Amino acid sequence: MEVTAGWYLALGAVLFVIGAGGMLLRRNALVMFMSIELMLNAVNLTFVAIGRHVGDLNGQVAVFFVMVVAAAEVVVGLAIMISVFRRRASASVDDLAVLKG
Amino acid sequence: MVELVLFIVFGLIAVAGALSMVLHPNPVYGALGLMATMLSIAVFYVVNSGHFIAAVQVVVYAGAVMTLFLFVIMLIGVDRAENLEERLPMQRQLAIGLGVAFLVLIGLIGGNAWITAPASASEPNGSVEAIADLIFTDWLLPFEVTTLLLIIASVGAVALAQFSPRRRGGAEE
Repeated sequence: MEVTAGWYLALGAVLFVIGAGGMLLRRNALVMFMSIELMLNAVNLTFVAIGRHVGDLNGQVAVFFVMVVAAAEVVVGLAIMISVFRRRASASVDDLAVLKG
Repeated sequence: MVELVLFIVFGLIAVAGALSMVLHPNPVYGALGLMATMLSIAVFYVVNSGHFIAAVQVVVYAGAVMTLFLFVIMLIGVDRAENLEERLPMQRQLAIGLGVAFLVLIGLIGGNAWITAPASASEPNGSVEAIADLIFTDWLLPFEVTTLLLIIASVGAVALAQFSPRRRGGAEE
């Protein structure tokens, strides 16, 4: 049996839905953040699989840029989380009801 | 045949890692599960002839990003059990139901709208040279903008991290 691009797209869809489910189900801000990373990875996988399917390298370049943006996003997000944690001593998003520091 | 075996083995590892990330109450185990998912996705990149992208995936995601996550998890709250009681009514059932519905929707749309490969489609060459060739010609401006983005992100992280909690109520800098 040959593995086609559709198999990778299906796997990417499953991983994306798991990530979205983690975003909706969990209350720990760190786990929610990791769910975002999982969703980004799932979409990257579809980019690479489709790029191979149509014989185009631009999909891989797009993945490269997504990785750069995700790295920058993680740095800022974790810094925000640490500064919130210093004030509130909690990583649960239920405790964050106001933006004021 | 090799690709089928690789797909089944690493696909199972990827889904199991993702599920353990979502379901395990301890975020450290979750981060390790996510790391397993990212490494198996790197294997899929290699299979799909994205060799450079696979190396970047291992170095940036599995290496740098997840290490940063583990640092912050250790710093913030491994010892603190998450309060799993739900405050919104029906949130859990709705989330699971809508997730399954979303997956079915993706399956329906993806099953119907399928792009056919051009007849001349060949395996793309995902080497460093080929990717650099594209980045430094067609994608030069986005590449330069990412340098700006990285500088802003690192400056922002430093500015957020040196926030001092002593000045409560005063002007914050």
